[in-house]
Amino acid sequence: MLLNQFLILAAAMFSLGIYGLLVRRNIVLILLSVELMLAAVNINLIAFESVLRSPEAIGQVFSIFVITVAAAEVGIGLAIVLMIFRNRKSANVDELDLMRW
Amino acid sequence: MSVSEWLGSPVNWVFLVVALATLFSSWRVVTAKNVVHAALYLVAALGGTAVLFLMLSAEFVAWVVVLVYIGAVLVLFLFGIMITRAPTGKDVGLDTPHKTWPALLSVATFVLLSWASIQAFGTTQVESVGEPTSTEVLGLALLGRFVIPFEVVSFVLLAALIGGVTIARRDLSPVEEEERRAV
Repeated sequence: MLLNQFLILAAAMFSLGIYGLLVRRNIVLILLSVELMLAAVNINLIAFESVLRSPEAIGQVFSIFVITVAAAEVGIGLAIVLMIFRNRKSANVDELDLMRW
Repeated sequence: MSVSEWLGSPVNWVFLVVALATLFSSWRVVTAKNVVHAALYLVAALGGTAVLFLMLSAEFVAWVVVLVYIGAVLVLFLFGIMITRAPTGKDVGLDTPHKTWPALLSVATFVLLSWASIQAFGTTQVESVGEPTSTEVLGLALLGRFVIPFEVVSFVLLAALIGGVTIARRDLSPVEEEERRAV
């Protein structure tokens, strides 16, 4: 297997995540796109690790950290979404323009 | 390395099938008109990445992805969708109508990233389905060299736990406060 096939797949997933992030209007769907981008980063880390084969498996340790931070992000993000929904009765980012200049 | 040479190895066929399934699911995550379907397609995409991790001999991380992402995060997402009463049926207002620039930007990102990786790692080979990294190695690394980041991350999780509860909890109105005190 070439290293490139994994890197290009990860690049495609990351680009799809960017597309979703910019196109979606519902906050929950934007968070889903962010998860897609983080998964693409994890593929890169694991692919490089399987080439370098460091004795302490550093790439895999890093991807575990990424997964942990992603879990924390989803927890806090959905709590904020819940709060916004309770106050504004909407999960549409176009309507949340209170702080717009 | 020619295309026919690449297709000669059976492990590349497995990769091709998994990669196409993952890409299709990722595509549906960002285009599905139904919110619940988008979340369920994310399950398929992350399952595909878990299979790729198994192919790259990262066994432990693959099962962490299955447990944490597919097990916990997706349940959280489905809860979020149900509680915010986001339109769970078909809804045309889910996307912005301006899609040209986001599409151009994401295609440009893809071209740039894949061009850079082809330039940098033209024929670098990955050991196909080698000896899996043992959990022992990962555990020793996490509690040895990376013990401080490990503790910091556990603190982040604790902060997220407390923060999530605090943010999402509903403050009682004065009337409800009175009622609770009366009981």
